[in-house]
Amino acid sequence: MPPIVKATNLTKSYSKGILALDNVSISVEPGEVLVVMGPSGSGKSTLIRTFNGLETFDSGQLNILGISLDCQNNEERKIRRIRKRVGMVFQQFNLFPHLSILENITLAPIKVQKKKRDDAEQNALILLSQMGIASHAKKYPSQLSGGEQQRVAIARALALKPELLLFDEPTSALDPERVNEVLDAMRRLATQGMSMVVVTHEINFAKEVGDRILFMDSGKVIETSTPDIFFLNAKHERSRKFLNQIKKK
Amino acid sequence: MKISYKATTQILIALIVISIICILINNLTVNLIKTGLGFSFGWLFRPASFALAEHPLPYSPSDSYAWALFIGWLNSLKVIFYSLLLATLIGTCVGLFRVGKNVLLRLVSAGYIAIIRQTPLLLQLMFWYFVAILGIKGTIASPIGSVLSISNQGINLLGIKLSAEFTSLLLGLSVFTSAYIAEVVRGGINSVDKGQWESFRSLGLKDSTGLYKIIIPQALPAILPGLTSQYLNLAKNSTLAIAVGYSDIYAINDTIINQTGRPIEGFIILLLSFLFLNLIISNGMEYLNTAIIRSSNPY
Ligand SMILES: Nc1ncnc2c1ncn2[C@@H]1O[C@H](COP(=O)(O)OP(=O)(O)O)[C@@H](O)[C@H]1O
Ligand SMILES: [Mg+2]
Repeated sequence: MPPIVKATNLTKSYSKGILALDNVSISVEPGEVLVVMGPSGSGKSTLIRTFNGLETFDSGQLNILGISLDCQNNEERKIRRIRKRVGMVFQQFNLFPHLSILENITLAPIKVQKKKRDDAEQNALILLSQMGIASHAKKYPSQLSGGEQQRVAIARALALKPELLLFDEPTSALDPERVNEVLDAMRRLATQGMSMVVVTHEINFAKEVGDRILFMDSGKVIETSTPDIFFLNAKHERSRKFLNQIKKK
Repeated sequence: MKISYKATTQILIALIVISIICILINNLTVNLIKTGLGFSFGWLFRPASFALAEHPLPYSPSDSYAWALFIGWLNSLKVIFYSLLLATLIGTCVGLFRVGKNVLLRLVSAGYIAIIRQTPLLLQLMFWYFVAILGIKGTIASPIGSVLSISNQGINLLGIKLSAEFTSLLLGLSVFTSAYIAEVVRGGINSVDKGQWESFRSLGLKDSTGLYKIIIPQALPAILPGLTSQYLNLAKNSTLAIAVGYSDIYAINDTIINQTGRPIEGFIILLLSFLFLNLIISNGMEYLNTAIIRSSNPY
């Protein structure tokens, strides 16, 4: 099977001089969970946001699900075709506050996939019960806890039956006691064979669920290793330093 | 004690306000007695004996002053209502262009807003009346023939004739107000969290769908108060009708004051009619506001 993501020599700078992405090459195989780690500002968000066209890049090649992306994102329809097949979960949940939980989830299936409302709602309720929050369907985002909102966001991303899920620090905005309910939901998705790219600082999750760890610093890929090697015997000095720092916290 | 201190200041302020009003009323009556006219609205029912170019209801010079004023009020209402719609339409489009992705449209709309906001409305009205409409030579017909044609007599839209005066006032007020509405719309849209854009885009929704379904509903609470004050401004600015010879309430009242020599009564009527008009606008917007807040936040 061809890779889900294939990035070759991706480079991007927001302002002259500073490279947010510096010659990044990485691929994600079907069913793989790639965990992206690195200090703040190392380009993790920028990288995964290029995967669904939220961010442009300056040079290099990017191929998502067999569709190659133009670096300046000029092909609106092509990008939408990718977005229909790639789900994204954000640090701040970004639910639509004026829509009910059910409407949050059914909006895209109805508007993008042209599904019937009944079918979309039925599917949404199944997803919500998989996330353990079916009883909240009629509520509004502000009535839910952070952990519940993030699980709604995952259900919303799943509603389009994506072939790849992108997570950008999905538990960083949560209260510590709410982190596990979200990580557990992600764990289950991984077990079901979902291809995922996860930016996170959660070491245990990375160890248990990650197939590979991608470590970045200053826009560069420092190393790509299996969790066993990365956490016990990282190849690079910079990786080891980073691990020591987050272990101290 | 704090409470009694507050109460005393309030009573004091009330006394001052009442005294000022009493002094003003006293001045008014003294002056009215001096002119020998007294204070009366009896003249309202005498024939106006002037002609009106535009009257949505039947009118002839033998009708009363009261009826002439009412016709003027209807004329004001008419131009305000259509300008309000047109200004909102243009303003929303320009505001959306201003925040849109198209660089050319963004520049053009920024220029539009700057030019319109930096020239006086009176000048713009003069431009529309004397240059844009009266300056037309012959008739400009639209390619679709009878649907729309423009000449120095005004506009003919689907058989509905709009006078040159009405047209220039309509365009002047709409264009002027649209620049301010565009800024209100832009501010409202920018007040919505950027994450909302990323969120709907990542779900494969088109920008147009997302704007309509996600962004605008959340921008409306920020847009409505600004929109209301622009609508009230538009209503007040419509009194500049007199500059292009459109018979609005202000212009007709002006003529009547000249004929009857009763400026005080005239201004009271004008004041009340605008108070009434603006009350309609602000209450309508208030109603819309609560309806939107209730529908967007049902708990
Ligand atoms: N919208 C932006 N405008 C300018 N610079 C940005 C923007 N987003 C990110 N950057 C810069 O790009 C670099 C990488 O940022 P980011 O991808 O957000 O890192 P991370 O997610 O690893 O914290 C940082 O130096 C950051 O300051
Ligand atoms: Mg980040």
